[in-house]
Amino acid sequence: MQIKNTEVLRTPNSPTPGRPVIFNQEKCTGCNICVHFCMEDIFVPAARKGELPIILYPEECWYCGNCVDDCPVPGAIALNHPLMQRVRWKRKATGEHFRVR
Amino acid sequence: MSETTETAVGAEVWPYPIRYGQVKRHESDVVVLGGGIAGVWAAIGAARQGAKVVLAEKTVTARSGAGGAGVDHWQWAADNPCSRVGPEELAQALIDNQGGYRNGISTYIQCASAYQALLEMEQMGGKVRDVDDEFKGAPFRDEASKLLFAYDYDARFVLRVWGSNYKLLLRKECRRLGVKIIDRISVTGLLTRDGRPGSQVIGATGVNTRTGEFNLFKARAVIMCMSRPQRNWTFSSELRGITTFRPPTNVGNGHAMAWRAGAEFTMMEKSMRSPFASPYSYPSYGVGNAINTWFACNIVDANGKEVPWVDCNGEVISNFDDRYRPAEGQKFFIMGGGSSSHPHPGLKEYAGPKLIPDLAERMQNGEFTPPFYADLTSMPDHERRVIWGLNVGEEGKTRVPVLQTYSQAGFDPEQDMLQTYDFLRGSGMREPVSPQERTFGEQGVCGGLVVDWDLMSTLPGLFGAGDLIYGSQDHSHAAATGRYVGRRAAIFADGQQDEHCDDGQIADEMTRVYAPLGNGEGNGGGMDWKELNAALCRVMQNYCAEPKNAELLDLAEMWLDDIAETEVPKLVADNPHKLMRALDVLDILTCDQMIVHACKARKASSTHLHFNRLDYPELDPPVWHKWITIRRDGDQVAVGEMPIAPWGDFESNYQSRL
Repeated sequence: MQIKNTEVLRTPNSPTPGRPVIFNQEKCTGCNICVHFCMEDIFVPAARKGELPIILYPEECWYCGNCVDDCPVPGAIALNHPLMQRVRWKRKATGEHFRVR
Repeated sequence: MSETTETAVGAEVWPYPIRYGQVKRHESDVVVLGGGIAGVWAAIGAARQGAKVVLAEKTVTARSGAGGAGVDHWQWAADNPCSRVGPEELAQALIDNQGGYRNGISTYIQCASAYQALLEMEQMGGKVRDVDDEFKGAPFRDEASKLLFAYDYDARFVLRVWGSNYKLLLRKECRRLGVKIIDRISVTGLLTRDGRPGSQVIGATGVNTRTGEFNLFKARAVIMCMSRPQRNWTFSSELRGITTFRPPTNVGNGHAMAWRAGAEFTMMEKSMRSPFASPYSYPSYGVGNAINTWFACNIVDANGKEVPWVDCNGEVISNFDDRYRPAEGQKFFIMGGGSSSHPHPGLKEYAGPKLIPDLAERMQNGEFTPPFYADLTSMPDHERRVIWGLNVGEEGKTRVPVLQTYSQAGFDPEQDMLQTYDFLRGSGMREPVSPQERTFGEQGVCGGLVVDWDLMSTLPGLFGAGDLIYGSQDHSHAAATGRYVGRRAAIFADGQQDEHCDDGQIADEMTRVYAPLGNGEGNGGGMDWKELNAALCRVMQNYCAEPKNAELLDLAEMWLDDIAETEVPKLVADNPHKLMRALDVLDILTCDQMIVHACKARKASSTHLHFNRLDYPELDPPVWHKWITIRRDGDQVAVGEMPIAPWGDFESNYQSRL
């Protein structure tokens, strides 16, 4: 296995959960409406206009979903539940088990 | 599709202009502090009375508050034409069901005018009826009015509504009425006549959470709608947001600043065990269960065996429809659905149907096999669609995180059974296993501002509405009391003179508010707001949880004071957002101190206040059946009391203020 020898930075750990929402880069227009509607103010606008908002305080997310509900482009932003808290269910007829993805 | 999870890498320059120390002034007849459900209704109520209104909101008025994302149950609307129970009877039942420890004034206002508020919501464009005939013929629908009801289908005082866009409509109505809305202002303190605590409230101060700009609000009447304390026993610096019912922004800022201003509070000694407080819980309303939004869903075990339901007499309910009807000899019921370990010790005469109380034991004996599931597939079609659709689509904080997210992951209510986790946690439904899972304000009625029939506090000019006033809760309560207090505050403001804000008081508050900015590592600072919050919780867990005694409570006071003296001066913030969080934790500390003072003052154990004193073990002694009040008086705490029902006659008091 060849590991690319790139510059290694002295980075701190990420907060957990670190990814409360996921942007779809192809759909997000960088309009920052989610930044405006976020109650907890977890986002800040990107330095350059039109780029994806920055999730500056991911661990403060309340998971209310207002950023998704109020986004003008369907599918541009999705909630991403913490892995620990993804709820399970069972299909009655087959007994198969599923969970939030 | 390419996905990205853009997170901050490296330190970039703060994206908003910095305006520390700059002052912006606002003047109005009425200022509303907090733009959640109560706040916007209060602003609308005052503006309709002709007042010039300014509203200051910590986050974003379009969506803020515990009910900003939605509401599905419009509770206690006994003034609706289908209700078989009148406002007075329902208010009294709700009070009795809390052992007397519920605010009769605000509960009556709710029971007498929640439906009127809903009709106003309909005028604003909100959907309150089944106009699309989605539930035609369902037993919870009134065919003539197309109103939908919940819980007790005979009594009909709780409505099901489509509230996920109500907050947006309320903000629009505020704007139409000329209310000046200022978002992203964390209100920090109250201004009083001559700058003295205990005198008339004439304004407030706040700091912009993005720019750090100082804001001054001068008004003839001040309405506080700032919810209640949270994070007093439980705080996880991470892994928290998804489980909480009320937004993390609600920390009791209003309680803390009104305390500093000298207002009276009561019921501050009540706190209780709550799974809502746990960072290890699950999305609210997002697991299989049978209460509230999910009432009265079939619960089955791993083998598909159904868990029976019982009525208030303990009789097994064999006919499904009877889960929605009072038991034999019962006039009506209040909610229902929990099991015996539900933390509210309500009265039998108002108890709703619930799952068998001995499920935990019967699981132990092998009669039922975990895990358990909420089985919507076996529910009647209209009940399945109303739970997984209307209720889990319109309830605060369910539309996107539960309905949409689960559906996209393939959950199908016609085929799938959602797992319930409560029975795996060692005991009955909703009973938490950890003593750290304790809360003041996450659920139930709790302590708050003492108010009179004008919803005015003990300080002239300071009014309150919503969850902030003592012994109150709920979305329709916030709407009804907000609507009412806006009118009363506007009338009060009309008779007031122009007051001068005290420069010394403003300067002191600026010094207090900006202090964390000067506490960098080099200045002996460096205490992070999260670490401070967690440490305060530890003091409350160890010395002010269950059980209590004078020794423990003295230690709680001592260690809180010690932290205030030693670590608070080191509290650090390096941008306006973190400054807001730091100031929040200072208010949490103040609320903790209020709670400890109140706990020391009640020298008796109480069932309904979830209050267990080892040194006063007698439960509910009649002589202590009263409200204990506390207020700050200089450096001292003045303890007082109110009779258990200080509100007098409901209807005449209410009618004389319409």
